[in-house]
Amino acid sequence: MDQLAEAIPYLGKRNPKAARWLVIIIALVAPIIAMMFGRTWVRILDFALLYMMLALGLNLVVGFAGLLDLGYIAFYAVGAYTWAFLASPHFGVHFPFWAVLPLGAGFAALAGIILGFPVLRLRGDYLAIVTLGFGEIVRIFMNNLNYPVNITNGPQGINALDSMNLFGWDLAKSLTIGDFQIHSLYFYYYFFLACVVGSIIFIQRLQISRVGRAWAAMRDDELAAKAIGINTRNLKLLAFSLGATFGGVAGGLFGSFQGFVSPESFSLMESIAVLTMVVFGGMGNIAGAVIGALILTALPEILRNIAVPVQETLFGHVILDPEVLRMLLLSLAMILMMLLRPGGLIPAHARYSRPELVGKGVRT
Amino acid sequence: MIKLLEARNIGKRFGGLTALSEVSLTIAKGEVYGLIGPNGAGKTTFFNVLTGAYIPDEGEFVFNGIELPVGKPHLVVEAGIARTFQNIRLFGQMTALENVMAGHHIRTKASVWGILTQNKHTREEERLTTERAYELLKYVGIERFADTVCKNLSYGDQRRLEIARALATEPQLLALDEPAAGMNATETTQLKALIEQIRHDGVTVLLIEHDVKLVMGLCDRLTVLDFGKKIAEDVPSVVQKNEAVINAYLGGGKHA
Ligand SMILES: Nc1ncnc2c1ncn2[C@@H]1O[C@H](COP(=O)(O)OP(=O)(O)OP(=O)(O)O)[C@@H](O)[C@H]1O
Ligand SMILES: [Mg+2]
Repeated sequence: MDQLAEAIPYLGKRNPKAARWLVIIIALVAPIIAMMFGRTWVRILDFALLYMMLALGLNLVVGFAGLLDLGYIAFYAVGAYTWAFLASPHFGVHFPFWAVLPLGAGFAALAGIILGFPVLRLRGDYLAIVTLGFGEIVRIFMNNLNYPVNITNGPQGINALDSMNLFGWDLAKSLTIGDFQIHSLYFYYYFFLACVVGSIIFIQRLQISRVGRAWAAMRDDELAAKAIGINTRNLKLLAFSLGATFGGVAGGLFGSFQGFVSPESFSLMESIAVLTMVVFGGMGNIAGAVIGALILTALPEILRNIAVPVQETLFGHVILDPEVLRMLLLSLAMILMMLLRPGGLIPAHARYSRPELVGKGVRT
Repeated sequence: MIKLLEARNIGKRFGGLTALSEVSLTIAKGEVYGLIGPNGAGKTTFFNVLTGAYIPDEGEFVFNGIELPVGKPHLVVEAGIARTFQNIRLFGQMTALENVMAGHHIRTKASVWGILTQNKHTREEERLTTERAYELLKYVGIERFADTVCKNLSYGDQRRLEIARALATEPQLLALDEPAAGMNATETTQLKALIEQIRHDGVTVLLIEHDVKLVMGLCDRLTVLDFGKKIAEDVPSVVQKNEAVINAYLGGGKHA
């Protein structure tokens, strides 16, 4: 949170307290303002929050531990399919929310370790290619595990996932008090927001800890990290599995929010989109991941809402598909970033210590 | 004399090149032990096999009476051996303080769960790590740069930071690979005092150094390597007069 506040130009440095309140207020009123433009926009905000969780988790792997992972969306898939298997009519089982979400996170963490083991010795490009392959394998499994035994229902995906039921309170149901109706999208928003805030707090605590420092050490110089006694094998596995956990949770939320899952949501392009958010925002810092996710989720949607009607009035039909536009925008964002701000929108000046603990100043 | 480290018949080859062959030596607790020799003699390779960065082809190391694990650097550090690098290797994106704190990793225990919940043990450990890192920066004389990102430090200060980081692992044996390289005369004098202080505080030092004056002034005993072979081992005054050594190294004028 503080990092987010600090990232606000001018105000962040001059008046951190006001900046923090600003962040909180924006986070709280955003859906109300979005609703004025229509329900779609609240939905987009909800998705932005899910992408934030993904970006935060991937940032932990790529930005903190320095492990380039191009198959991250696989963990999102594991979380979403866990929900689909355990809480939908597909198998006829309906586990409660508080059981499915941790299970999805757990399975994703396990998948993270399974990915982690074979790639322990790889770095850079090689690591990127193997993780890319892993992501595709997971998607292809989801696509084809409908025969001989129908497990995933193949390309059609699984429908009618249970909605989130927080101890008797169904998030998918709008609440009506008298004439006043609170739309369910709001509930999702605040619940997802709570999840994102929780993730940020957890990740911030990790960053300023022996684990965060060991990751950073490994990222900056693996040989030297080993020479100070860091068990790089365990720390890499930990990074993969913890990163995957965030993906798994986000995946579960995504599945139930959307109500259905299908393999096409988990393509390589999604992995790349999340990575772009991390790099665009500023690798290795929490605020970067959050802002990157927000901008790169919202911008394509804004474009979609402008470009489609504009094309229709100009040419009578849609020439450039919105999905193509999104990719175009992501690539453009990357190219511009590389040219203008290689460090990302908010270049990392991540802290791994708290000198104030012993009454000393902060870094200069 | 109490034996701290014993190297037995260490051999290491890179393809056809024999970097080390039948190197045996014994380091006593509390001494400063020198390892010298011309370029390419195998000194750094000796450090690499000792600390587990490379796996020796022959021989073994015995530390405190226990055989050291092979090819497992973190276990070697845990056993009590720390090293610095000939070409400084710091963690570039961290401050000086954080580099030293990272060095304390192996002596701390906080789990992910402890970090998530910030329980009492974790908070106390974090505070102690921070405090200890400041003490070590002060110890090597760069406390004022605690909050400076380490790549902005001067060369000499980076070398000292690397020593502080190695000390943070709480070693019994500190292996320094050419700590004076690139230092000016003042910095070298300060370094000499620092190494003496480290020894005084009970840490045994294994020193690779080309600065003959520094080696002769600091070391209790030393080994001379040439083409991977040990050609002499004795106190500095005797080594200085050894003919083989003079031919291979000292008299050769390469670095002296
Ligand atoms: N990883 C490696 N692969 C191949 N050859 C190596 C490797 N490391 C060292 N060598 C070779 O082993 C020999 C000994 O090298 P080493 O670095 O141990 O010498 P040194 O005594 O430290 O020399 P200097 O004083 O220049 O640091 C050299 O010929 C070097 O080229
Ligand atoms: Mg060397």
